[in-house]
Amino acid sequence: MPGLDVVPPIFQYLRPEKKLSHVWCPGCGNGVVFNALLRAIHKLGIPRDDVALISGIGCSSRMPVYADFCSIHTAHGRALTFATGVKLAKPKMKVIVITGDGDATAIGGNHFIHTARRNIDLTVILIDNYNYGMTGGQYSPTTPVGKRATTAPYGNVEKPFDICELARGAGAPFIARTTVYKATELANLIARGIEKDSFALVDVISFCHTIHGRLNKMPQAAAMMKWLKSSAVSIKAAAKMTPEQLEGKITTGVIHEVEEKSYSAKYREFWNDKIRPRLDSDTAFNITWEQGREFLC
Amino acid sequence: MDQQKIVRFWQGNEACAYAALNVGCRFFGGYPITPSTEIAELMSRELPLVNGTFIQMEDEIASIGSILGASIAGMKSMTATSGPGFSLMQELLGLGCITEVPCVIVNVQRAGPSTGLPTQPSQGDVMQARWGTHGDHYLIAISPSSVQETYTATFQCFNLAEKYRTPVILLLDEVIGHMREKTVIPHNFEMEIYDRKKPTVPSKDYLHYGADTVCDAPFASFGEGYRYHVESLTHDEKGFPTNKPHEALRMLDRQKSKFEDHLDEIIDFDESGTEDAEVLVVAYGGVARSARQTVKNLRKEGLKVGIFRPLVVWPFPEKALRQRLEKVRLVVVPEMNWGQIIIEVERQAHDGVKVVGLNRYDGQIITPAQIAAKIKEEL
Repeated sequence: MPGLDVVPPIFQYLRPEKKLSHVWCPGCGNGVVFNALLRAIHKLGIPRDDVALISGIGCSSRMPVYADFCSIHTAHGRALTFATGVKLAKPKMKVIVITGDGDATAIGGNHFIHTARRNIDLTVILIDNYNYGMTGGQYSPTTPVGKRATTAPYGNVEKPFDICELARGAGAPFIARTTVYKATELANLIARGIEKDSFALVDVISFCHTIHGRLNKMPQAAAMMKWLKSSAVSIKAAAKMTPEQLEGKITTGVIHEVEEKSYSAKYREFWNDKIRPRLDSDTAFNITWEQGREFLC
Repeated sequence: MDQQKIVRFWQGNEACAYAALNVGCRFFGGYPITPSTEIAELMSRELPLVNGTFIQMEDEIASIGSILGASIAGMKSMTATSGPGFSLMQELLGLGCITEVPCVIVNVQRAGPSTGLPTQPSQGDVMQARWGTHGDHYLIAISPSSVQETYTATFQCFNLAEKYRTPVILLLDEVIGHMREKTVIPHNFEMEIYDRKKPTVPSKDYLHYGADTVCDAPFASFGEGYRYHVESLTHDEKGFPTNKPHEALRMLDRQKSKFEDHLDEIIDFDESGTEDAEVLVVAYGGVARSARQTVKNLRKEGLKVGIFRPLVVWPFPEKALRQRLEKVRLVVVPEMNWGQIIIEVERQAHDGVKVVGLNRYDGQIITPAQIAAKIKEEL
């Protein structure tokens, strides 16, 4: 790296054979999230071989190809279904899903609520840029009312989702939200999500200055960053504010956290209690559930 | 070794589930749908006992997604469905083809379209199995004609999936899925079991879509020291997305030759009376049982009738059928649909041969008498 005396530690997580550049527009928030994810993994010291990075379709979902992990770029909305399969087949892997607002809550909405309900031990990083960026700025389930999009030229009529509330309603045990402006908090929240032995959602408010911003009088990345800076309110501060004061604000921090055993943990318990006693002591399968996975795969 | 055969009075669905367990399937993701539910119920009961995992997903899209994920992570995986669910699976079936993931999809066909006749048999999904997902692709579909054959065909499905790194469809119909008959379970040591090859090269040299790995290629499972990218976009040999015409061509040609260069190994059919047949019946799945009886009956009457039965329906045994049509005057293709495989038969027929369909789509099976009557009518 010319001009750099010290190679940043996260460079080791970039695919050496994949020649960047990436597909993202200059100034896009996806790079901040990618950086935060790699810093979180580095901080936790997880071996690269044990990370599965799985995504759907959209701008944010192009991330896995750049990272030197086991990765799958799946179909639109379906990342969580693949992640469920990978996690149940290889419970020791840290399975991280990269998705967007359209990917996770429109076409993949059913998978999103059911994966949260089942409490599959995954970390979902949902990058919300208020529109379908890759296809040219159509309105998404999170586009605010009145904002313009290429399929809402007179302003959006539909009421948007509050993604964190959606996840909470579906039973997700860990829900956090922040913005791409708060890069350090983002890395910390991702790390906490990965550490959790349960379904963890990190809802990252990002932006699409090239389309959503341009259509809504904010065409520069810097302007959108300033908007994120001024809109974000920590959960602590938000507790002291009235609903009127919170109008248009983005509450950041850990929104919801309960301790709840993940699907894998419950399946293991069920297996130990109900299945193992039934097995013949001579059987080749008289081993723990995890050992069984290693044995089978 | 105990050589005594184990005999069961099984349904096709049961034979399929037990065969899957015996061939090493350890992950099942499914969604309930008639007439395939026995497979899911049996897998939910048996899989935990062999350390496998059963999960009931939120829909059929999620079911096939979960089995593709589990397969990439190293487990032999299966799902089972019927027409409406099979339609939902088409999206990720194509993903399985382009990303070359071994898996088995059982479709116990029922009469359609749409919700149709959920408890009645049909062969209406044969063309959908071949062409249901978008874009050019190859895959394998196997349609057995008995409960016994469902057992061995399920082994065949998994072996082909593992060897050719591809989704394989087990096309049952409600006749075979729900019919009970005597099944002799072969010992596992009598059966061929093919497990995907593990790579031997160091991780940095591993090419998941490598140029020299057309079939029988190693498949690294996630979490075992090989880091690579599985890509649903058109990709290069490393799995990285590409827009370059020569790389797109290479990927698709490779996925085509994977099958076309090994048709002799994949294709499987049986026949009787074809050596001197003037009339040929081409039938598959449940209907082939009636066709076999027809041939027996008409042979007794002195008519030179033969039967050609593709077990592997896709890829279709084009060359073999073409050879057998050379001396034939009449071909009757009985199917429980409006006529799907008949299109493939017509493609192989020379000018002098008359190809007629016998089609039933009222949810009832085709009887030997009906086939015989059709032959006599057309002769």
